Amino acid sequence: MLLICCPFCGPRAGVEFKFERALETIVGPEMPATEAMSRLYTRDNPRGVSGELWRHSFGCGAWLMLQRDTATHEISSVTLFEAHP
Amino acid sequence: MKRYSALNLLKGGLRGHASWSRAWRAPAPKSAYDVIIVGGGGHGLATAYYLAKAHGVGSVAVLEKGWIGGGNAGRNTTIVRSNYRLPESQRLLELSLKLWEGLSDELNYNVMFSQRGALFLGHSESDMTKLAERGDSLRCNGVDAELLTREQVGRLVPLLDLSANARFPVCGGLIQRRGGVARHDAVVWGYARAADSLGVDVIQNCEVTGLRIESGRVLGVTTTLGDIAGGRVGLCATGGSSRIAASAGLRLPIECHNLQAFVSEPVKPMIDTVIMSQSIHCYISQSDKGEIVLGGDPDLYPSYAQRGMPARIEDVAAQAIALVPALSRLRMLRAWAGTTDMSFDGSPIIGTTPVENLFLNAGWCYGGFKATPGSGWLYAHTLATGEPHPVNAPFSLDRFERGATIDEAGAGPMPQHR
Repeated sequence: MLLICCPFCGPRAGVEFKFERALETIVGPEMPATEAMSRLYTRDNPRGVSGELWRHSFGCGAWLMLQRDTATHEISSVTLFEAHP
Repeated sequence: MKRYSALNLLKGGLRGHASWSRAWRAPAPKSAYDVIIVGGGGHGLATAYYLAKAHGVGSVAVLEKGWIGGGNAGRNTTIVRSNYRLPESQRLLELSLKLWEGLSDELNYNVMFSQRGALFLGHSESDMTKLAERGDSLRCNGVDAELLTREQVGRLVPLLDLSANARFPVCGGLIQRRGGVARHDAVVWGYARAADSLGVDVIQNCEVTGLRIESGRVLGVTTTLGDIAGGRVGLCATGGSSRIAASAGLRLPIECHNLQAFVSEPVKPMIDTVIMSQSIHCYISQSDKGEIVLGGDPDLYPSYAQRGMPARIEDVAAQAIALVPALSRLRMLRAWAGTTDMSFDGSPIIGTTPVENLFLNAGWCYGGFKATPGSGWLYAHTLATGEPHPVNAPFSLDRFERGATIDEAGAGPMPQHR
């Protein structure tokens, strides 16, 4: 089970959170269509540390950026998602 | 290869079964092959078999990083059916189902394919509308489908909770009677043995670490056992697709997720069909050993861990018990997870790539096992001719940029919403 440390609520069980998408897939309104297509429909899909957007959906609702290892599930950082990276 | 038959079994028995040889050889890799298949799962082995059998390709190698049957081939819930919603998917899976129906004879290996029916339950009027629509679509395309009333479902699975206050009330169902289950280990062993007997080199413990590319063309692979040259290279390595394709400069429309499955202790026969549901994600069947086999949602975040989250065990058990209350006293024996290649429309990719002589078979989401023979047959055609077969042509890698997705669930490019 993932233990995710929400900046507002402290360490909480992984089931309170929802994975939203990999950070690389965030599409900005100003992006050209080819880049938007590439971000939406392809992935690095790393086996290792990945930047991800999560939400504390069943808690405080905060949008979070996680650095998480997809092979070991180790979470190295959780920060508040504030602006488009 | 010595044929498996009742007569040979009897003869072997008279000589203490000393005359049986291993089911497939353990060859050292040669320096070059006409076709190299990366990944010795069901799809890779089936591809190699049909390359040798149907297309007469003489020199084929299947490179497997672990052992045959150690990956997703041995981690699925063994369900076989072709009752998909979209015509493209129906054609692909129906081709596969037809091959399943003759597979044990074809391979001279009992894959224990049991057509016990694949039943989808409907829990509301809107579920039944969707099931009726799917059934109509299937029958229009020549695939068997039968809409069942609540009473018919009750006769088929007497242990279902049909009471008025059931958590998931049953309104009816849609059954594909030709669907069922097969023994997943036997499928890979059978294909490996049959491919080997046609001269295919099945090489285990040989991990492909990268592709050798020159001026937009693949020349071969680098492996833990040295470099191997290949006329054509077919990727068929779920869980490794993105990494290997990256060595050719390709970014794939794939995200890897965990999918779990569970079995209970073995009990006497109690469920003689495959139970699925239109509304909830829970599969229930009973193996020939008597174990109740359960599956459910993926873990809904990217993972290569092959180790699932405990919360899913509770979810699946709760759903299964709500459907079949008699399961509540069973003890779970094992839980495991496989890495699925989740594509962005829920459908697989079988076809060519922008790199010359490099081909891709990936993105089967959580439905790869049922497609094993068909996928192999179509991928072999694609690898042998260099062009996709009409059945797998819609499943091309470039369909996403063309806007021609095959979206079974209508869920868009988010695997966790599928």
